[in-house]
Amino acid sequence: MPATFYAAAVVAVAATALAISRKNAVHGLLYLIVSLLAVALMFFAVGAEFVAALEVIIYAGAIMVLFVFVMMLLNLGPQSVAQERRWLPRRIWAGPLVLTAVLIAELIYGLASAGPTPAGAAIATAIDPLHVGVALFGPYAAAVEIASMLLLAGLIGAYHLGRSPGERS
Amino acid sequence: MGAVPLAHGLVVAALLFGLGLLGVLVRRNLIFILLSIEVMLNAAGLAFVIAGARWGQADGQVMFLFILATAAAEVAVGLALALQFYRRLGSLDADAAAALRG
Repeated sequence: MPATFYAAAVVAVAATALAISRKNAVHGLLYLIVSLLAVALMFFAVGAEFVAALEVIIYAGAIMVLFVFVMMLLNLGPQSVAQERRWLPRRIWAGPLVLTAVLIAELIYGLASAGPTPAGAAIATAIDPLHVGVALFGPYAAAVEIASMLLLAGLIGAYHLGRSPGERS
Repeated sequence: MGAVPLAHGLVVAALLFGLGLLGVLVRRNLIFILLSIEVMLNAAGLAFVIAGARWGQADGQVMFLFILATAAAEVAVGLALALQFYRRLGSLDADAAAALRG
């Protein structure tokens, strides 16, 4: 689906450019989430459905939620409600909404044009999760272990750095 | 991989990476710097997946999974550092940490 790919690429580049040029970090986050969703659609268009799902779940879901949590931690206090109201007036939603509408239209088009089979399956070189899993736990098993150690180190490091100054371990 | 040439996909990945690099260099807000690093990691992953789709191999997607794990670890530590930065210096401006021994 080349047309889907190119449209998603345009949305991704536009959303990223808007994301890094916002004054307010929350607005930048909104556009970055749109950018990640567009990249997920590009993965879908080249036949990589598995990583497209992971992109949405882990990148746009988990990692962006982490950013939102930290922004909430940085703005504790009673004035934060008023601040949030000031951050997200109605017109701020317009840009991300338009870009997301383009992505939804593409997704519906992709699903409708492919009929009962998944859209990516129309491409001869589509790689299904089975092959990814076989490669992941076959030749790349050592790298998986290293990634798990990296994540553990990240967890411990974030816990250590994120403590309040007064706390004793 | 259908009718999308490899070069076009790589150009998109390069554009996204360039935008992320621009963000790191231009922005002084720590949150935006971390966001831009995410953009760059994501662009690298995009290049891997597109190249993997071009050759019909699963290795590109496997590498994307590792990039995902790296990005998750990086953002957790980076955001914890940003929190400490804000607590100690009262701002998120990267230039606020210009002085040694605070």
